[in-house]
Amino acid sequence: MNRSTIDLWVGVFVALGLGALLFLALKVGNLASFSTAETYQVDARFSNIGGLKVRAPVKSAGVVVGRVADIGFDNESYEAVALLTIDSRYRFPRDTSAKILTSGLLGEQYIGLEAGADARMLKSGERLRITQSAVVLENLISQFLFNKAAEGGEAKDGK
Amino acid sequence: MRAALTHLGAAVTAGIWRLGYGARFFAYLLVHSGTAFRRFRLTLREIYFAGVLSLIIILVSGLFVGMVLGLQGYDTLQRYGSSEALGVLVALSLVRELGPVVAGLLFASRAGSAITAEIGLMKATEQLSAMEMMAVDPIARVVAPRFWGGVLSMPLLAALFSAMGIFGGYLVGVVLIGVDEGAFWSQMQAAVDVRNDILNGVIKSVVFGVAVTLIAVFEGYDAVPTAEGVSGATTRTVVTSSLAILALDFVLTALMFTGGN
Repeated sequence: MNRSTIDLWVGVFVALGLGALLFLALKVGNLASFSTAETYQVDARFSNIGGLKVRAPVKSAGVVVGRVADIGFDNESYEAVALLTIDSRYRFPRDTSAKILTSGLLGEQYIGLEAGADARMLKSGERLRITQSAVVLENLISQFLFNKAAEGGEAKDGK
Repeated sequence: MRAALTHLGAAVTAGIWRLGYGARFFAYLLVHSGTAFRRFRLTLREIYFAGVLSLIIILVSGLFVGMVLGLQGYDTLQRYGSSEALGVLVALSLVRELGPVVAGLLFASRAGSAITAEIGLMKATEQLSAMEMMAVDPIARVVAPRFWGGVLSMPLLAALFSAMGIFGGYLVGVVLIGVDEGAFWSQMQAAVDVRNDILNGVIKSVVFGVAVTLIAVFEGYDAVPTAEGVSGATTRTVVTSSLAILALDFVLTALMFTGGN
Protein backbone atom coordinates (compact mmCIF):
# COMPACT_ATOMS: atom_id res chain seq x y z
CA MET A 1 0.00 0.00 0.00
CA ASN A 2 1.33 3.37 -1.06
CA ARG A 3 2.16 5.90 1.64
CA SER A 4 0.13 8.75 0.25
CA THR A 5 -2.83 6.43 -0.41
CA ILE A 6 -2.86 5.50 3.27
CA ASP A 7 -2.64 9.18 4.21
CA LEU A 8 -5.50 10.00 1.89
CA TRP A 9 -7.76 7.27 3.27
CA VAL A 10 -6.97 8.12 6.89
CA GLY A 11 -7.74 11.74 6.05
CA VAL A 12 -11.07 10.73 4.51
CA PHE A 13 -11.84 8.53 7.53
CA VAL A 14 -11.06 11.23 10.09
CA ALA A 15 -13.02 13.84 8.12
CA LEU A 16 -16.01 11.48 7.91
CA GLY A 17 -15.81 10.70 11.63
CA LEU A 18 -15.60 14.35 12.64
CA GLY A 19 -18.42 15.11 10.21
CA ALA A 20 -20.55 12.45 11.91
CA LEU A 21 -19.82 13.99 15.33
CA LEU A 22 -20.73 17.42 14.00
CA PHE A 23 -23.95 15.99 12.54
CA LEU A 24 -24.82 14.45 15.90
CA ALA A 25 -24.10 17.68 17.75
CA LEU A 26 -25.87 20.06 15.39
CA LYS A 27 -28.66 18.14 13.68
CA VAL A 28 -29.50 15.51 16.31
CA GLY A 29 -28.59 17.38 19.49
CA ASN A 30 -29.55 20.85 20.54
CA LEU A 31 -26.18 22.55 20.29
CA ALA A 32 -27.56 25.00 17.72
CA SER A 33 -30.31 26.06 20.11
CA PHE A 34 -27.84 26.93 22.84
CA SER A 35 -28.32 30.59 22.28
CA THR A 36 -25.36 32.76 23.03
CA ALA A 37 -27.86 35.56 23.39
CA GLU A 38 -28.05 37.58 26.57
CA THR A 39 -30.30 36.24 29.29
CA TYR A 40 -31.61 37.49 32.61
CA GLN A 41 -32.66 35.49 35.65
CA VAL A 42 -35.75 35.79 37.78
CA ASP A 43 -36.97 33.45 40.49
CA ALA A 44 -40.40 32.20 41.40
CA ARG A 45 -41.69 30.43 44.50
CA PHE A 46 -44.18 27.61 44.32
CA SER A 47 -45.79 25.64 47.13
CA ASN A 48 -45.50 22.54 44.95
CA ILE A 49 -43.57 22.12 41.72
CA GLY A 50 -44.82 18.60 40.94
CA GLY A 51 -42.49 16.93 38.44
CA LEU A 52 -40.77 20.06 37.14
CA LYS A 53 -37.16 19.40 36.15
CA VAL A 54 -34.09 21.57 35.63
CA ARG A 55 -33.84 22.61 31.94
CA ALA A 56 -37.62 22.40 31.54
CA PRO A 57 -38.88 25.06 29.11
CA VAL A 58 -40.37 28.38 30.20
CA LYS A 59 -43.11 29.31 27.77
CA SER A 60 -45.26 32.32 27.18
CA ALA A 61 -48.19 32.00 24.79
CA GLY A 62 -46.71 28.64 23.84
CA VAL A 63 -43.36 30.07 22.72
CA VAL A 64 -40.21 28.95 24.53
CA VAL A 65 -38.73 32.11 26.06
CA GLY A 66 -36.32 30.52 28.54
CA ARG A 67 -35.44 27.54 30.68
CA VAL A 68 -35.52 26.51 34.31
CA ALA A 69 -31.93 26.96 35.44
CA ASP A 70 -32.13 25.63 38.97
CA ILE A 71 -34.61 24.29 41.50
CA GLY A 72 -34.07 24.72 45.21
CA PHE A 73 -35.94 24.54 48.49
CA ASP A 74 -36.39 27.45 50.87
CA ASN A 75 -36.17 26.08 54.38
CA GLU A 76 -37.78 29.20 55.92
CA SER A 77 -41.00 29.38 53.99
CA TYR A 78 -41.00 25.66 52.99
CA GLU A 79 -41.47 26.56 49.36
CA ALA A 80 -39.76 25.44 46.18
CA VAL A 81 -37.67 28.12 44.48
CA ALA A 82 -37.29 27.86 40.72
CA LEU A 83 -34.64 29.99 39.03
CA LEU A 84 -35.70 30.92 35.48
CA THR A 85 -33.32 32.04 32.77
CA ILE A 86 -35.16 34.15 30.22
CA ASP A 87 -33.89 35.41 26.89
CA SER A 88 -33.25 39.17 27.06
CA ARG A 89 -35.14 39.67 23.81
CA TYR A 90 -38.32 38.99 25.77
CA ARG A 91 -39.30 41.52 28.44
CA PHE A 92 -42.17 40.89 30.83
CA PRO A 93 -44.08 43.27 33.11
CA ARG A 94 -43.40 43.00 36.84
CA ASP A 95 -46.79 41.52 37.66
CA THR A 96 -46.35 38.60 35.27
CA SER A 97 -47.71 35.36 36.71
CA ALA A 98 -46.05 31.94 36.52
CA LYS A 99 -47.95 28.66 36.41
CA ILE A 100 -46.66 25.10 36.30
CA LEU A 101 -48.42 23.43 33.40
CA THR A 102 -48.27 20.06 31.70
CA SER A 103 -47.86 19.63 27.97
CA GLY A 104 -50.43 17.12 26.84
CA LEU A 105 -52.19 14.76 29.19
CA LEU A 106 -49.09 12.95 30.45
CA GLY A 107 -46.32 15.09 28.98
CA GLU A 108 -43.48 16.88 30.70
CA GLN A 109 -44.10 19.88 32.93
CA TYR A 110 -43.12 23.41 32.04
CA ILE A 111 -43.60 26.91 33.39
CA GLY A 112 -46.11 29.12 31.62
CA LEU A 113 -45.77 32.88 31.96
CA GLU A 114 -48.74 35.19 31.58
CA ALA A 115 -47.88 38.83 31.14
CA GLY A 116 -49.51 41.30 33.49
CA ALA A 117 -50.22 44.99 32.93
CA ASP A 118 -47.53 46.74 34.98
CA ALA A 119 -45.64 49.44 33.14
CA ARG A 120 -42.36 48.48 34.81
CA MET A 121 -40.53 45.53 33.35
CA LEU A 122 -38.91 42.62 35.23
CA LYS A 123 -35.22 43.05 35.91
CA SER A 124 -32.59 40.41 36.58
CA GLY A 125 -32.78 38.99 40.10
CA GLU A 126 -36.39 40.00 40.69
CA ARG A 127 -39.14 37.66 41.77
CA LEU A 128 -42.35 36.59 40.10
CA ARG A 129 -44.90 37.16 42.89
CA ILE A 130 -48.01 35.59 41.42
CA THR A 131 -47.52 31.85 41.03
CA GLN A 132 -49.70 28.81 40.72
CA SER A 133 -48.43 25.39 41.74
CA ALA A 134 -48.49 22.18 39.80
CA VAL A 135 -51.69 20.20 39.85
CA VAL A 136 -51.11 17.05 41.85
CA LEU A 137 -53.32 14.24 40.67
CA GLU A 138 -53.86 12.75 44.13
CA ASN A 139 -55.05 16.10 45.55
CA LEU A 140 -57.39 16.54 42.61
CA ILE A 141 -58.91 13.08 43.12
CA SER A 142 -59.31 13.51 46.88
CA GLN A 143 -60.94 16.92 46.33
CA PHE A 144 -63.32 15.33 43.85
CA LEU A 145 -64.15 12.50 46.27
CA PHE A 146 -64.77 14.94 49.13
CA ASN A 147 -67.07 16.99 46.92
CA LYS A 148 -68.98 13.87 45.91
CA ALA A 149 -69.25 12.77 49.54
CA ALA A 150 -70.50 16.22 50.54
CA GLU A 151 -73.10 16.17 47.75
CA GLY A 152 -74.26 12.75 48.86
CA GLY A 153 -74.62 14.02 52.45
CA GLU A 154 -76.66 17.04 51.34
CA ALA A 155 -78.92 14.86 49.25
CA LYS A 156 -79.61 12.65 52.26
CA ASP A 157 -80.32 15.67 54.53
CA GLY A 158 -82.74 17.01 51.94
CA LYS A 159 -84.90 13.89 52.14
CA MET B 1 -10.97 -32.88 47.48
CA ARG B 2 -7.39 -31.78 48.02
CA ALA B 3 -6.70 -32.01 44.29
CA ALA B 4 -9.81 -29.98 43.48
CA LEU B 5 -8.80 -27.25 45.94
CA THR B 6 -5.26 -27.18 44.54
CA HIS B 7 -6.71 -26.86 41.06
CA LEU B 8 -8.97 -23.98 42.13
CA GLY B 9 -6.08 -22.25 43.87
CA ALA B 10 -3.83 -22.61 40.83
CA ALA B 11 -6.54 -21.22 38.55
CA VAL B 12 -7.14 -18.18 40.78
CA THR B 13 -3.41 -17.49 41.18
CA ALA B 14 -2.85 -17.77 37.43
CA GLY B 15 -5.81 -15.45 36.77
CA ILE B 16 -4.55 -12.80 39.20
CA TRP B 17 -1.00 -13.13 37.89
CA ARG B 18 -2.24 -12.59 34.35
CA LEU B 19 -4.29 -9.57 35.45
CA GLY B 20 -1.22 -8.08 37.11
CA TYR B 21 0.89 -8.82 34.03
CA GLY B 22 -1.77 -7.12 31.89
CA ALA B 23 -1.72 -4.05 34.15
CA ARG B 24 2.08 -3.84 34.05
CA PHE B 25 1.95 -4.29 30.27
CA PHE B 26 -0.55 -1.39 30.04
CA ALA B 27 1.63 0.85 32.23
CA TYR B 28 4.75 0.01 30.20
CA LEU B 29 2.79 0.62 26.98
CA LEU B 30 1.68 4.07 28.17
CA VAL B 31 5.19 5.04 29.27
CA HIS B 32 6.69 3.93 25.94
CA SER B 33 4.01 5.50 23.75
CA GLY B 34 6.31 8.37 22.77
CA THR B 35 7.38 6.66 19.55
CA ALA B 36 3.77 6.23 18.44
CA PHE B 37 3.38 10.02 18.43
CA ARG B 38 6.89 11.08 17.44
CA ARG B 39 6.74 8.80 14.42
CA PHE B 40 3.05 9.40 13.83
CA ARG B 41 3.21 7.70 10.44
CA LEU B 42 3.36 4.33 12.25
CA THR B 43 0.11 5.15 14.06
CA LEU B 44 -1.41 6.51 10.86
CA ARG B 45 -0.83 3.15 9.21
CA GLU B 46 -2.65 1.41 12.07
CA ILE B 47 -5.55 3.87 11.89
CA TYR B 48 -5.81 2.81 8.26
CA PHE B 49 -5.94 -0.88 9.14
CA ALA B 50 -8.16 -0.59 12.23
CA GLY B 51 -10.36 2.33 11.22
CA VAL B 52 -10.56 2.79 7.48
CA LEU B 53 -10.89 -0.92 6.71
CA SER B 54 -13.69 -1.21 9.32
CA LEU B 55 -15.64 1.61 7.66
CA ILE B 56 -17.76 -0.54 5.36
CA ILE B 57 -18.96 -2.97 8.02
CA ILE B 58 -19.65 -0.11 10.48
CA LEU B 59 -21.57 2.00 7.96
CA VAL B 60 -23.65 -0.87 6.60
CA SER B 61 -24.45 -2.28 10.07
CA GLY B 62 -25.33 1.20 11.33
CA LEU B 63 -27.70 1.76 8.45
CA PHE B 64 -29.48 -1.55 9.01
CA VAL B 65 -29.67 -1.19 12.80
CA GLY B 66 -31.20 2.27 12.33
CA MET B 67 -33.68 0.96 9.76
CA VAL B 68 -34.76 -1.89 12.06
CA LEU B 69 -35.13 0.56 14.96
CA GLY B 70 -37.29 2.72 12.72
CA LEU B 71 -39.57 -0.17 11.75
CA GLN B 72 -39.91 -1.65 15.24
CA GLY B 73 -40.16 1.71 16.96
CA TYR B 74 -42.87 2.90 14.60
CA ASP B 75 -44.85 -0.30 15.11
CA THR B 76 -44.94 0.22 18.88
CA LEU B 77 -45.23 4.01 18.98
CA GLN B 78 -48.14 4.30 16.54
CA ARG B 79 -50.28 2.19 18.90
CA TYR B 80 -50.03 5.02 21.40
CA GLY B 81 -50.51 7.65 18.73
CA SER B 82 -47.07 9.10 19.18
CA SER B 83 -45.27 8.06 16.02
CA GLU B 84 -43.65 11.52 15.87
CA ALA B 85 -41.48 10.42 18.80
CA LEU B 86 -39.76 7.95 16.43
CA GLY B 87 -36.84 10.33 15.95
CA VAL B 88 -36.31 10.57 19.72
CA LEU B 89 -36.39 6.80 20.11
CA VAL B 90 -33.96 6.14 17.26
CA ALA B 91 -31.55 8.92 18.20
CA LEU B 92 -31.44 8.27 21.94
CA SER B 93 -31.03 4.52 21.67
CA LEU B 94 -28.28 4.91 19.07
CA VAL B 95 -26.35 7.76 20.65
CA ARG B 96 -26.53 6.43 24.21
CA GLU B 97 -26.23 2.67 23.79
CA LEU B 98 -26.28 1.00 20.42
CA GLY B 99 -23.77 3.24 18.67
CA PRO B 100 -20.85 2.74 21.08
CA VAL B 101 -21.74 -0.86 22.01
CA VAL B 102 -22.44 -2.36 18.59
CA ALA B 103 -19.62 -0.41 16.97
CA GLY B 104 -17.36 -1.68 19.78
CA LEU B 105 -18.42 -5.30 19.26
CA LEU B 106 -17.90 -5.02 15.49
CA PHE B 107 -14.57 -3.29 16.07
CA ALA B 108 -13.49 -6.09 18.43
CA SER B 109 -14.24 -8.80 15.91
CA ARG B 110 -13.07 -6.90 12.83
CA ALA B 111 -9.98 -5.04 14.04
CA GLY B 112 -9.22 -6.53 17.48
CA SER B 113 -8.86 -10.07 16.18
CA ALA B 114 -6.65 -8.85 13.32
CA ILE B 115 -4.35 -6.99 15.74
CA THR B 116 -4.01 -10.07 17.98
CA ALA B 117 -3.33 -12.38 15.05
CA GLU B 118 -0.74 -10.01 13.60
CA ILE B 119 1.18 -9.48 16.84
CA GLY B 120 0.85 -13.18 17.76
CA LEU B 121 2.25 -14.26 14.40
CA MET B 122 5.10 -11.77 14.73
CA LYS B 123 5.88 -13.41 18.04
CA ALA B 124 5.54 -16.95 16.64
CA THR B 125 7.91 -16.13 13.76
CA GLU B 126 10.31 -14.53 16.29
CA GLN B 127 10.11 -11.08 14.70
CA LEU B 128 9.59 -9.54 18.14
CA SER B 129 12.70 -11.29 19.48
CA ALA B 130 14.64 -10.14 16.43
CA MET B 131 13.65 -6.54 17.18
CA GLU B 132 14.84 -6.90 20.75
CA MET B 133 18.15 -8.21 19.41
CA MET B 134 18.46 -5.03 17.35
CA ALA B 135 17.77 -2.97 20.47
CA VAL B 136 14.37 -1.94 19.15
CA ASP B 137 11.66 -2.08 21.80
CA PRO B 138 8.82 -4.14 20.26
CA ILE B 139 6.28 -2.56 22.59
CA ALA B 140 7.22 0.94 21.49
CA ARG B 141 7.64 0.02 17.82
CA VAL B 142 4.87 -2.56 17.23
CA VAL B 143 2.37 -2.53 20.09
CA ALA B 144 1.98 1.17 20.92
CA PRO B 145 1.12 2.36 17.38
CA ARG B 146 -1.53 -0.38 17.09
CA PHE B 147 -2.94 0.57 20.48
CA TRP B 148 -3.20 4.28 19.70
CA GLY B 149 -4.49 3.60 16.19
CA GLY B 150 -7.35 1.59 17.67
CA VAL B 151 -8.05 4.09 20.45
CA LEU B 152 -8.21 6.97 17.97
CA SER B 153 -10.35 5.07 15.46
CA MET B 154 -13.01 3.77 17.82
CA PRO B 155 -14.84 7.05 18.75
CA LEU B 156 -14.92 8.06 15.08
CA LEU B 157 -16.37 4.68 14.11
CA ALA B 158 -19.00 4.88 16.86
CA ALA B 159 -20.00 8.39 15.78
CA LEU B 160 -20.28 7.21 12.17
CA PHE B 161 -22.36 4.23 13.30
CA SER B 162 -24.79 6.49 15.21
CA ALA B 163 -25.04 9.04 12.39
CA MET B 164 -25.63 6.29 9.83
CA GLY B 165 -28.22 4.65 12.11
CA ILE B 166 -30.14 7.91 12.51
CA PHE B 167 -30.05 8.29 8.74
CA GLY B 168 -31.43 4.73 8.46
CA GLY B 169 -34.20 5.54 10.92
CA TYR B 170 -34.99 8.67 8.92
CA LEU B 171 -35.07 6.65 5.71
CA VAL B 172 -37.57 4.14 7.08
CA GLY B 173 -39.58 6.48 9.30
CA VAL B 174 -39.89 9.57 7.13
CA VAL B 175 -39.26 8.45 3.56
CA LEU B 176 -40.85 5.00 3.66
CA ILE B 177 -43.60 5.18 6.30
CA GLY B 178 -44.30 8.88 6.14
CA VAL B 179 -43.80 10.19 9.68
CA ASP B 180 -43.84 13.99 9.59
CA GLU B 181 -40.29 15.15 8.84
CA GLY B 182 -40.45 18.35 10.92
CA ALA B 183 -41.69 16.54 14.02
CA PHE B 184 -39.11 13.77 13.54
CA TRP B 185 -36.18 16.21 13.68
CA SER B 186 -37.57 18.79 16.09
CA GLN B 187 -38.60 16.25 18.73
CA MET B 188 -35.19 14.61 18.35
CA GLN B 189 -33.43 17.93 18.86
CA ALA B 190 -35.60 18.75 21.86
CA ALA B 191 -34.85 15.42 23.55
CA VAL B 192 -31.18 14.79 22.74
CA ASP B 193 -28.84 16.78 24.95
CA VAL B 194 -25.33 17.46 23.69
CA ARG B 195 -23.63 16.96 27.05
CA ASN B 196 -25.82 14.31 28.65
CA ASP B 197 -26.35 12.12 25.62
CA ILE B 198 -23.85 12.77 22.85
CA LEU B 199 -20.79 13.51 24.97
CA ASN B 200 -21.50 10.53 27.22
CA GLY B 201 -21.81 8.34 24.12
CA VAL B 202 -18.43 9.57 22.92
CA ILE B 203 -16.89 8.90 26.36
CA LYS B 204 -18.31 5.38 26.22
CA SER B 205 -16.78 4.76 22.81
CA VAL B 206 -13.36 6.02 23.98
CA VAL B 207 -13.49 3.66 26.98
CA PHE B 208 -14.52 0.75 24.75
CA GLY B 209 -11.74 1.64 22.30
CA VAL B 210 -9.13 1.52 25.07
CA ALA B 211 -10.52 -1.76 26.46
CA VAL B 212 -10.80 -3.57 23.12
CA THR B 213 -7.42 -2.48 21.75
CA LEU B 214 -5.64 -3.13 25.04
CA ILE B 215 -7.08 -6.66 25.21
CA ALA B 216 -6.18 -7.23 21.56
CA VAL B 217 -2.54 -6.12 21.82
CA PHE B 218 -2.08 -7.89 25.17
CA GLU B 219 -3.47 -11.20 23.93
CA GLY B 220 -1.27 -10.95 20.84
CA TYR B 221 1.84 -10.07 22.82
CA ASP B 222 1.10 -12.77 25.41
CA ALA B 223 0.14 -15.48 22.87
CA VAL B 224 1.79 -18.88 23.00
CA PRO B 225 4.09 -18.68 19.94
CA THR B 226 2.56 -21.59 18.03
CA ALA B 227 -0.16 -21.78 15.37
CA GLU B 228 -2.53 -23.15 17.98
CA GLY B 229 -1.55 -20.51 20.52
CA VAL B 230 -2.21 -17.65 18.09
CA SER B 231 -5.61 -19.05 17.12
CA GLY B 232 -6.52 -19.42 20.82
CA ALA B 233 -5.37 -15.86 21.53
CA THR B 234 -7.49 -14.50 18.66
CA THR B 235 -10.57 -16.27 20.00
CA ARG B 236 -9.88 -15.00 23.51
CA THR B 237 -9.55 -11.44 22.20
CA VAL B 238 -13.02 -11.51 20.65
CA VAL B 239 -14.68 -13.20 23.63
CA THR B 240 -12.95 -11.17 26.36
CA SER B 241 -13.33 -7.81 24.65
CA SER B 242 -17.01 -8.44 23.85
CA LEU B 243 -17.68 -9.30 27.48
CA ALA B 244 -15.61 -6.32 28.62
CA ILE B 245 -17.65 -3.99 26.40
CA LEU B 246 -20.97 -5.24 27.76
CA ALA B 247 -19.83 -5.16 31.38
CA LEU B 248 -18.23 -1.71 31.04
CA ASP B 249 -21.36 -0.48 29.29
CA PHE B 250 -23.45 -1.47 32.29
CA VAL B 251 -21.10 0.30 34.69
CA LEU B 252 -20.88 3.44 32.54
CA THR B 253 -24.64 3.57 32.01
CA ALA B 254 -25.19 3.23 35.75
CA LEU B 255 -22.75 6.10 36.35
CA MET B 256 -23.99 8.38 33.55
CA PHE B 257 -27.71 7.99 33.11
CA THR B 258 -29.03 7.43 36.60
CA GLY B 259 -29.57 10.01 39.27
CA GLY B 260 -32.20 12.42 37.97
CA ASN B 261 -30.85 14.50 35.13
